[in-house]
Amino acid sequence: MSVSKPLAHDTAPLHVNGAARYVDDIPLPANAVHLAFGWSPIARGEFTALDLSQVKAADGVITVLTANDLPGENDTSPSAHDEPLLSTGALHFKGQPIFIVAATSHHAARRAAKLAKIEVNETDPILTIEAALAANSRFEDGPVIWSKGDSDRALAKSKNELSGSLPFGGQEHFYLEGQAAAALPGENGDVLVHSSTQHPTEIQHKVAHALNIPMNAVRVEVRRMGGGFGGKESQGNALAVACAVVATKLNRPAKMRYDRDDDMIITGKRHDGRIDYRVGYDENGLITGLEFEHYIRCGWSQDLSLPVADRAMLHSDNAYHLKDVKITSHRLKTNTQSATAYRGFGGPQGMIGIERVMDEIAFALGIDPLAVRRANFYADAPTKPRQTTPYGMTVEDGIINALVEKLANSAEYDERRKSVAKWNAENPILKRGLALTPVKFGISFTLTHLNQAGALVHVYQDGSIHLNHGGTEMGQGLFQKVAQVAASRFGVDVSNIKITATDTAKVPNTSATAASSGSDLNGMAVQAACDTIKGRIASFLANQFGVKAATVKFANGLVSAGGETMPFAKAAQRAYEARVSLSATGFYKTPKIRWDRVRGQGRPFLYFAYGASISEVLIDRLTGENRILRTDILHDCGTSLNPALDRGQIEGGFVQGAGWVSMEELVWDDKGDLKTHAPSTYKIPACSDRPMVFNVDLWQGENREDTVYRSKAVGEPPFMLGLSVLAALSDAVAACGDGTVYPNLDAPATPEAILRAVTGQENT
Amino acid sequence: MSEITFQLNGSQTTVPVTSPTQTLLDFLRIDKGLCGTKEGCNEGDCGACTVMIADENGTRALNACILFMPQLDGKAVVTVEGLAGPDNTPHPVQAEIVTHHGSQCGFCTPGFVMSMATAHENDAKDFDNQLAGNLCRCTGYAPIIKAAEAAANAPRPEWMADLIAPPSLPSKRASEAVRIAQPSSAAELGQWYLENPEATLIAGATDVGLWITKRMMTLDTVAFLGGIKDMKAIEYDDDGMHIGAGVSVSDFLTAIKPLHPDFGEMLRRFGSTQVRNAATIGGNIANGSPIGDSPPALIALNAKLHLQKGDEQRTIALEDFFISYGKQDRQVGEFVRGITIPKQVDRLKAYKISKRFDQDISALCGCFNIIVNDGKVTDARIAFGGMAATPKRASNVESTLLNAPWNEETVREAMEKFALDFTPLTDMRASAEYRLDTAKNLLLRYFYEDTGVNTRLLSVTP
Repeated sequence: MSVSKPLAHDTAPLHVNGAARYVDDIPLPANAVHLAFGWSPIARGEFTALDLSQVKAADGVITVLTANDLPGENDTSPSAHDEPLLSTGALHFKGQPIFIVAATSHHAARRAAKLAKIEVNETDPILTIEAALAANSRFEDGPVIWSKGDSDRALAKSKNELSGSLPFGGQEHFYLEGQAAAALPGENGDVLVHSSTQHPTEIQHKVAHALNIPMNAVRVEVRRMGGGFGGKESQGNALAVACAVVATKLNRPAKMRYDRDDDMIITGKRHDGRIDYRVGYDENGLITGLEFEHYIRCGWSQDLSLPVADRAMLHSDNAYHLKDVKITSHRLKTNTQSATAYRGFGGPQGMIGIERVMDEIAFALGIDPLAVRRANFYADAPTKPRQTTPYGMTVEDGIINALVEKLANSAEYDERRKSVAKWNAENPILKRGLALTPVKFGISFTLTHLNQAGALVHVYQDGSIHLNHGGTEMGQGLFQKVAQVAASRFGVDVSNIKITATDTAKVPNTSATAASSGSDLNGMAVQAACDTIKGRIASFLANQFGVKAATVKFANGLVSAGGETMPFAKAAQRAYEARVSLSATGFYKTPKIRWDRVRGQGRPFLYFAYGASISEVLIDRLTGENRILRTDILHDCGTSLNPALDRGQIEGGFVQGAGWVSMEELVWDDKGDLKTHAPSTYKIPACSDRPMVFNVDLWQGENREDTVYRSKAVGEPPFMLGLSVLAALSDAVAACGDGTVYPNLDAPATPEAILRAVTGQENT
Repeated sequence: MSEITFQLNGSQTTVPVTSPTQTLLDFLRIDKGLCGTKEGCNEGDCGACTVMIADENGTRALNACILFMPQLDGKAVVTVEGLAGPDNTPHPVQAEIVTHHGSQCGFCTPGFVMSMATAHENDAKDFDNQLAGNLCRCTGYAPIIKAAEAAANAPRPEWMADLIAPPSLPSKRASEAVRIAQPSSAAELGQWYLENPEATLIAGATDVGLWITKRMMTLDTVAFLGGIKDMKAIEYDDDGMHIGAGVSVSDFLTAIKPLHPDFGEMLRRFGSTQVRNAATIGGNIANGSPIGDSPPALIALNAKLHLQKGDEQRTIALEDFFISYGKQDRQVGEFVRGITIPKQVDRLKAYKISKRFDQDISALCGCFNIIVNDGKVTDARIAFGGMAATPKRASNVESTLLNAPWNEETVREAMEKFALDFTPLTDMRASAEYRLDTAKNLLLRYFYEDTGVNTRLLSVTP
């Protein structure tokens, strides 16, 4: 059976010879125009005059559009209709698009866009958490508060208490392929859009509104993205809408791609913020009461910030059972890029808080942080008595104790704890740190209606199979995993399956490929479509051979019915000739989930995905330079649909998560100007930054929920395995002191942050 | 020059020069429709546009996004589309990336393929260095390295020799249509630059490339220095080591490593393989950047700078070249000809501090050359990049050390003098406080290292 085989990514042979086609590679007719945005030079205020004469006169310019030239709705927001494609006057961040240049080449458009004369009235921008709180600049009326038990009373009764504060940074997605879209005008006002997007239906929806046409006049096609990571869930809207508007207006194809600097200046990133905490605990480190206050910097528009901040709250507990807990979340509106979806979608921001709490309790008690973590873990299933999350969901599938036990043994945590201490005693400058952090990540969209998917499968009379579904391919291997599902249903080799581009004309009303849901949702939808066709073939053959349909078998490329065995192609041909429909749609909606976001109560997730990592790091106390020496990971993918692709998600997710908490630093100046808008200044992990020793293993165990082949989602959860790096760095910093002052290492733990923390140790 | 001729994936190609600064990446993607080579950053930092370039000096990986077409004249260019064998047999690195799951989204993959194939050609197996200029956001790199290791011992595909064979250049070319010079000697450059003092001199284009791709400048009078053979030499005599301005950082690294291993180690982290292959030592000096990494090390080594104007040469101490931000002691029509590093006992440590070890611009770069005799400091040359508007010596620190006993007390006293020598800035790379504190600590590091304490983070294994 094709499922569970470690097959290569379906496009790998094309990746390596340059034949895999991305949006900017699609050949367009010679009269295509190329677009660039001219954007706000200030973070807050308004433009009072716009002189575009030099832009229009520049070489190669065909036309220039401002908000007044738009035919329909001037909005690219995925949520609150608060994100105009082009500013009508108000300016909310430095980088906000004001006009579109259409020119004969990408370079001509970029060059011309710089020639605008923009007169502005500048206002002091709101940039920081403090400034936003002072100005009460926020989304929703006030903070969102969810609680369980009575944290006030529990804290008052606690034997020990500590409090602290952890600022954490944002993160640029740095998908290698920048945002890109192209639109081709059709007849009668129709338009075809190619977009590098995780959410074709959203593109279709926004383009339809922008052009004042129904959704059925817009077709969006996505073959692949060169990376997404959440950054292409909503951030592609502006380019696609701009292309569609210009293409329709000029009746010429239009293409837009952001130069890397524009991409980083215009698009949203991971939400940064701060978590304040107050925790009560006993002598074993068991938490007896806890309060979190989240301050999330959302940027200028709402975008997906509310569900992101919700998910941060939903992961405040991570893998720990909290009896009395209160979580308060402030969603702050600032004059910066509109923070958006990024792998983990708030989960990392929620977990970083509780992991810091675990470490600080251990430090205060002078015991191993792993002991504190173990004291607080949710029990493994079956759980008795019933344990619930802070939002009232029963944890039915716990495995974290057994998983951590296995990892700690295989990675020799206890022995290495001793050898690290020995090293630190012997080395005055270079200090080691070691830490284990767990992950428990909830799987399902918290907006319940998004948990649906559709598929379209055709079997041709020669037995070849055409596969389509609503998920998009951004490198994660979704298409291959789903093809393996289809191949398994029909009992054929995966080479019989033609994977095709995501297309809103084939499968409508799709959800974003996000929330790690791609294979869970689309795999099930495809399974349903395949089973429909398979059922029809089986019934037909059963009828022919006078046997029961259930006895017809599909395996090894063959179909067996009533003692006769034929190739699948033969069965397909016979069915065709007997006028059996060989095309079917499939549909899936996630069962069991319900969620009341106002009360913060319900079962938002079908299940949890688990994992844990142990990282050992080394720091230089004189400079704060650091590196990861070794990382061991054990991660739960349920029954993996494809262990090779899942391992790729785990390794890549970990390194990205480690980057978030260590070297990746976004810097704005006090005018709201993003200073790190290119890879020369914004550093993602490079080759040598991966752990020197990197042991990754998959947990053996099936999903207890009825998911596709009992697999588990894997896109986001491994990102948070990177938190062990921050904890280990903090442990190494603590080794520079005498154990009296908690390091309070900020994230990202750049060399500068580490040196600052080391200095705090030395001044004791 | 009016046209250029090069080998593209095995086919001789002659194209007219329409603009001196058309990039190879645009030529491939827009003019030729060869879209396998990707644009990831358009500034030479991500490596998605990596191509293989070969000429009589060898086979190198370069970033096509900041490589100007005239630089290709007479060379062989191999892109990801041309790497497989005539019957589409994949190159071993292509096959192994598939086998080891080294591609996910695939967008960085062509660049990795070309860097790996170039390493394979050169039999280079230090993959972390070979691939430091290729960013991948999906895989976490482990499977890519596995693929590189697996391919390393595969024999060189027999079709590679044809792919990297140079083109046959026409013996006579049409007269110059645009003002692009391609001098073949320093004398020729000297004469031409006197006549065209407003021209831009382009050696590796790793900096000028960004003037075009990011600042969108237009250059019309340029000279490409890549063909000047007498500025590419490295020679040794009793005075020391003479390095022509046109020597690439890669070649300089190879030459300096045996003499001053720590300079070599610092240069290993300078840019990336692709950048070092293009960038020249002369360019790193001539552009006058306060954060170029070679000047502080060269100043600590008391290097001399040779300048040429017309056919006249003069020599100054390198440190005197840097006058103030954006201003150097270079006259109109004068160019950097080369440098001389005096012969000396190796006491140099070059400490490059950045957020990321590989391919990152230094927050600060501290270079120490402290001579100790009989327990006393007899000479101290300490120079920093990133601490002032120019690469600059720490003269107060040096004078505190000079003639003092070489012990921690002296070092701690000297550390306090950094504040007299430097008033660094805060920017996105580091704060002023971090720069100053770290500068002090680097002197301490030098001392500890000298006394045998382990301070080498990158030498520690798990």
